[in-house]
Amino acid sequence: MLTGFPILSTLIWLPIIGGLLVLFAGRSNPALAKWLSLATVGLTFILSLQLWTGFDLTTAAMQFEEKVPWIPMYNVNYHLGVDGLSMPLILLTTFTQVLVIASAWDVIKERVEQYMGAFLIMGGIMVGVFAALDSILFYVFWEALLIPMFIVIGKWGGKRRVYATLKFFLYTFLGSVFMLVAFLYMYYKSGSFSILDFQAMHIGMTAQIFIFLAFLVAFAVKIPMFPVHTWLPDAHVEAPTAGSVVLAAIMLKMGGYGFVRFSLPITPDASMTLDWLVIGLSLIAIVYIGIVALAQTDMKKLVAYSSISHMGFVTLGLFLVYDIIQNTGSMQGAQLGMEGAMVQMISHGFISGAMFLAIGVLYDRMHTREISAYGGVVNTMPWFVMFAVLFSMANVGLPGTSGFVGEFMVILAAFKANIWYGVLAATTLIIGAGYTLWMVKRVFFGAVANENVEKLEDLNKREFAIMTTLAIFVIALGVYPGPLIEVMHTSVEQLLVQATTSKL
Amino acid sequence: MNFVIPSFAPAIPEMVLLALISILLIADTIWSKRFQFATYYATQISLLVVAFLIFTSFSLEQVITFDGSFVRDSFSDVLKLFTIVVSMGVFFFSREYLMQQKFYSGEFFVLGLFSVLGMFVMISAHNMITMYLGLEIMSLAIYAMIALRKDSAHALEAALKYFVLGALATGMLLYGFSMIYGATGSITFPEIAKIISEGNADSTVLAFGVVFVVIGLAFKLGAVPFHMWVPDVYQGSPTGVTLFLGTAPKIAAFAMLYRLLAEGMPNLVHDWQQLIIMLSILSMVVGAIVAIVQTNLKRMLAYSGIGHMGFLLLGVIAATPEGYAASMFYVVVYAMTGVAGFGMIVALSRTGNEFDLIENFKGLNARNPWLALMMMIIMFSMAGIPPFIGFWAKIIVIEEVVQAGFTWIAVVAVIAAVISAFYYLKVVKAMYFDQPDDTTKLEPVSSNLAVGVSTAALLLLVLGVMPSSMIEMFFLSLSAT
Repeated sequence: MLTGFPILSTLIWLPIIGGLLVLFAGRSNPALAKWLSLATVGLTFILSLQLWTGFDLTTAAMQFEEKVPWIPMYNVNYHLGVDGLSMPLILLTTFTQVLVIASAWDVIKERVEQYMGAFLIMGGIMVGVFAALDSILFYVFWEALLIPMFIVIGKWGGKRRVYATLKFFLYTFLGSVFMLVAFLYMYYKSGSFSILDFQAMHIGMTAQIFIFLAFLVAFAVKIPMFPVHTWLPDAHVEAPTAGSVVLAAIMLKMGGYGFVRFSLPITPDASMTLDWLVIGLSLIAIVYIGIVALAQTDMKKLVAYSSISHMGFVTLGLFLVYDIIQNTGSMQGAQLGMEGAMVQMISHGFISGAMFLAIGVLYDRMHTREISAYGGVVNTMPWFVMFAVLFSMANVGLPGTSGFVGEFMVILAAFKANIWYGVLAATTLIIGAGYTLWMVKRVFFGAVANENVEKLEDLNKREFAIMTTLAIFVIALGVYPGPLIEVMHTSVEQLLVQATTSKL
Repeated sequence: MNFVIPSFAPAIPEMVLLALISILLIADTIWSKRFQFATYYATQISLLVVAFLIFTSFSLEQVITFDGSFVRDSFSDVLKLFTIVVSMGVFFFSREYLMQQKFYSGEFFVLGLFSVLGMFVMISAHNMITMYLGLEIMSLAIYAMIALRKDSAHALEAALKYFVLGALATGMLLYGFSMIYGATGSITFPEIAKIISEGNADSTVLAFGVVFVVIGLAFKLGAVPFHMWVPDVYQGSPTGVTLFLGTAPKIAAFAMLYRLLAEGMPNLVHDWQQLIIMLSILSMVVGAIVAIVQTNLKRMLAYSGIGHMGFLLLGVIAATPEGYAASMFYVVVYAMTGVAGFGMIVALSRTGNEFDLIENFKGLNARNPWLALMMMIIMFSMAGIPPFIGFWAKIIVIEEVVQAGFTWIAVVAVIAAVISAFYYLKVVKAMYFDQPDDTTKLEPVSSNLAVGVSTAALLLLVLGVMPSSMIEMFFLSLSAT
């Protein structure tokens, strides 16, 4: 498996090269640009399934590894590999890419080739973020991602797009440079940029605290956590539909992935000492941001805030482990929380993507995202409302949908850690139901609000296909999450050991 | 004392260059009437010849000649080669610019060659007198180049400003030299270092000398608080000249810094390190913040250049061979990016429209998507965003300053990098997100210029993806000495 076909490189470079081709070949021929893009993402997705079929469930070691020296002077390597933590995220990325291209099919009219090209390039870079095992390589992908996203939001976004995209870029850039300094410091101490070496090295407590905080800034901005979340509603609202999907489904996961790949294994002692900080911020996100979502009048903004609230579960689940072990000594309980967090990431990828696509469907027809502009959509778009309500229910965390599994696992773990954590986390079931269902009522049900709604046409075949695919995943993961948890199991076990072994 | 004929071999490239310049100076007056571009082509060929001479006689050994006043080592060879590369790029764009703005003349290139000769002398200087000579050869030629545009008040003002402040800087430098000479009794760098390390020098006089030398260097680099001339001169000069004075001389200035501080006064590192830290931090911060409010792109790039000088000094703070190598890499990358950036302005400028305001770039993506993409690469490279070469330049100097134990300076540096990203983004924003004010069709850019700009910009990308061999070259050239 080590020497075979370089599957990870292919997944990174195929979309990037495809994107460049689209950029140049599609300038005079938008149809060609679209088909070329679809072919690229389709092929990438099919190839990425190899990761699933060829994955060895019994080991927590890196698989599908590739390692080539890049800058020998500084011991920087082009080093790729996946384990149970990153593999599902890569699949989520390649899958979302297909939806993204399909969803833009006849919506984007202006400079199609630049739009499609930017998304394809983004897709390759995102796989790179999840597959990189060298911290500099990771950073290169992490930062390079900002460039296409900056252009996409700024060019095809809504009214305040320029403000939103500058805010997005500078916030994330500011967060990540601290991470870079932490990498450089660890290289200075260890002589290696390898993430695996970072995980194995000993670091003193003071240094760990600083490194942990540097990581926290980088990942908290990305995920995003309260109080550095303010870029997200702006970026989400102003981004075009596909941009929101990529942001919510994948880019937010990078923050969560950062915690499991860097913070917990590299600075376990600092994580233990400062877990109250992350837990506190997560609970604020879950409760306070949930309440903020209630007050929104813009559908996209509402879903954006709900994303922040849901991502709070990810950080909560990851950092609960210390309290659980302290209180109950049960490794199993801790693992439950961590696995819950990981499942929540994947599930949120599907649900938030679906929610934004659903809003995109409405926006394409009415060109407004104001809740008050709608009402009684079910009368004119029954098929659409069926899907939209399903996704909304999943967003609430209805049993039987994927939204339930992760949240339930984390809430269960939270009760083991501290009864109050559990109570606060569980309020999301009420608040989440509140804002989501209230929106559903106002937008979809009731009498037809105005003549614009009356003229709405139901889903076309393309949209129907996208919605069906997503619905299948949301329900499948909700009914039978076993395979997903199985894939992660060994890696989460190892992560737990790393996170609880002192490195002083 | 018997007169011994010194070995001329190490200085052959400089002598050949001087000979070629002298021929060109005369030839230009003769043939300029009949063959318009003869001097330009002859200039480029001369540079190629010199590059060939340096390249074929490249060696890692250090050779000193002319009674200890001239040195040739791998450090000087590498820097000279890159000076030639950068200068050739500059002359390529300058010629197009001079033609466009209708003040083409052969003297421009002869003066440029003189300036390059001065840089070579600076790079190879092994004592303070040679250093001063090289500096003056380089600077005087540039003053004249700025003033070539006789009909522009801005250009004349810039030339005068540059001349007066340049003279002041040189005065400071010479004053510092005299004090160092007074304290150590020597003008040759290694000897100065030796006498200082033996403790035979008056430390008070020496400290003053160091301060004046550092001030002089800061003037030449354009580091805060000695940066006031930079924006005015960059903006006032014709773009074709800004292109030159903003790029190649920085390489020579770095060589001067290295020769004086690292070779001449390594034992005083604790004295000058403090100064360099202050210069570096102030430059990064002021460069980043003040550039934000600029509306003129040349002026913005001037402030951005000030910021870049702050980053360059990070490697000098480390005061290790690796640190100097990182700075050397930084300055070369900076010069190459500068050529691309100013080259873009040249490519877009037209008679009567210098195209140097940020608002000129509004909607460029709609008018010429390819050039907009190239400009975006240049801007992101300057901002230090991967995968462009500017990222590696920044990460390496920051890494060296962390290695030296100054993690807090690294933190300041990255924050400055984030602030400075904002104004580079402003240009990208103008190109991609704004509607053009000027809806007239953009005159097609000559294929010559389009190819030149694209090559320069794509080089930033290609080197950014494969930076290894270039970084290694700089490290080798410094570890050999």
